[in-house]
Amino acid sequence: MQRKTNQITGAFGEEVVSKFLTGKNAEIIERNWRIREGEIDIIAMYPSGVFAFVEVKTRSSVAFGHPFEAINREKAHRMQRLALGWLATHGCLGCDYQIDVAAVLIAADGSHAIEYRAAVL
Amino acid sequence: MSLAQTKSVALLGLDGHVVTVEVDIADGLPMYSLLGLPDAALSESRDRVRAAIVNCAEIWPNRKVTVSLSPAWLPKSGSSFDLAICIAILSANATVAPDSIAEVVFLGELSLDGKIRSVRGVLPALIAAQKAGIKVAVVPKANYGEAQLMQGIEIIAMEHIKQVIRWLRTGEREIADVIDMQWQPSDLNIDFADVAGQPQARLAAEVAAIGGHHILLIGPPGAGKTMIAERIPTILPALTVSQALEVAAVHSIAGSFATRSPTSLVAPIVSPHHTTTRVAMVGGGAHAIKPGACSLAHNGVLFIDEAPECPSGVLDSLRQPLEAGTITIARSIGNVTFPAQFLLVLAANPCPCGKFTGRGHNCTCSSQQVRRYLGRLSGPLMDRIDMRVHVDPVGRVDMARLELGESSAHIRERVIAARAIAQQRFIDHPWSLNSQIPSRALRSVFAPERSAMNFLHEELDKEHITARGLHKIIRVSWSLADLHGNKIPTLADVQQGHALRGGIDL
Repeated sequence: MQRKTNQITGAFGEEVVSKFLTGKNAEIIERNWRIREGEIDIIAMYPSGVFAFVEVKTRSSVAFGHPFEAINREKAHRMQRLALGWLATHGCLGCDYQIDVAAVLIAADGSHAIEYRAAVL
Repeated sequence: MSLAQTKSVALLGLDGHVVTVEVDIADGLPMYSLLGLPDAALSESRDRVRAAIVNCAEIWPNRKVTVSLSPAWLPKSGSSFDLAICIAILSANATVAPDSIAEVVFLGELSLDGKIRSVRGVLPALIAAQKAGIKVAVVPKANYGEAQLMQGIEIIAMEHIKQVIRWLRTGEREIADVIDMQWQPSDLNIDFADVAGQPQARLAAEVAAIGGHHILLIGPPGAGKTMIAERIPTILPALTVSQALEVAAVHSIAGSFATRSPTSLVAPIVSPHHTTTRVAMVGGGAHAIKPGACSLAHNGVLFIDEAPECPSGVLDSLRQPLEAGTITIARSIGNVTFPAQFLLVLAANPCPCGKFTGRGHNCTCSSQQVRRYLGRLSGPLMDRIDMRVHVDPVGRVDMARLELGESSAHIRERVIAARAIAQQRFIDHPWSLNSQIPSRALRSVFAPERSAMNFLHEELDKEHITARGLHKIIRVSWSLADLHGNKIPTLADVQQGHALRGGIDL
């Protein structure tokens, strides 16, 4: 049950971030791209032609620290590898790309706030 | 503003370098990197600083925080950078105005709740800051005592980072309670009046205080060698302000103000146990080089009881500081020079069992053991010892005497007067104490009167004394002449000096 709730929260966050990116004229290429090594939440392309691999962290409370603190060094490296994996499998190796992170905080009344940091690695 | 800088001080021995603490807060994942060769304690500052900031309801930046301590090549150690890092982070995070802190030195370790804890070496750090032209320094309140010794730099003592933040935001600060700081000697409740009898040893102590002569006290256990040695600081003249600053700086690094007030004008006395190691005696350490006993005794007395029991290397390591007045310690992190100008007082039993006095009836040692025992002290170290005094067991008559011995205050007055005479005499010379007169001058400018010199030459011819011994006797006799008010040492002074030499040449 708990897992289900978290999944719903996560999916909601990713939806919010997708809309946010679309609003910035970015094109959403793929969502929840998954291989054995892990998952990339959102793959988008900016109008400038740069690929963006976005990790979305959704939280309904900050009791466990800031969402970005959950992204440690190991996780960051994995995102780097996944991004290269995606580029390789899609014939885009060598293209410009960046890794973004987004934090979505859902308040008790259902409203939400996005914190978006581009090119963090 | 995501960039801010402030200042702190890195110490290598007594030498301080002003360090610029720069903080950059960049967009990116929460990270913290500390650059500039930090040691373990300094690397841990991140967790202390973060907890302190959060617990004071300030904002910790959940971004990429880069802290750079420059010059980057200088190894930095200890927790005294905590406060500077904390304030720079708050400033880079636009919590406090950056220009108000750029030229302020911050010293202090942080506790997790934001209290500012005391650190070692505040005084030498402030000396370096002042030399670098820093005008304002924030120090832990617990270190205010020693910090106040510094002139020409505004010292702000703070207990908590909340006070620092309020000061930086509003300019208001609590004026620290003005501790009444006078350069006054702390009262020593030991006094020469406590010493029963021992006229010769008393005289030797007085002469040692006048001329800075190193001294060896030989006597059986319980005769009062330690009592006499411990009381020598009470008859030494008060330190000058600059001497006291030197002493306080060394003690600040060693963190030994628990036993000695930073404002004391009394000459320090340090008495390391005879099992002490060479490093403890001269200073050392791999990560942070600390002063040893001989530097803590700077401008004071280094007293080593049971000197023949010391491992020979330990006493021999004192040769260089005795010669140069400083000690240079070389380690991989750098060379450090500490001052080490002290009056050496050695005490020894006459033999391993300690009972060889008079005819030695109670002594259980073999004659060879007796001969070897003091022989352990021979060699280059004994070259520097001007007086060897026998301290005899206190007899019934001495104990029964009702009147006390002369008090330290009386003796001290004579010592100060005698030193003043010597200083006047040496006004055109680079030395200031009788024990420092070079040998050549002792035979020319500073020779004793003719009859006295003839007496010494006769003794030399009879091989009662050596040439080295002759020079030492003349040095001591100058101190005796100053004590007795003679213009140059008379025959009586020289004979008395000869007697204080103990008539033995080891």
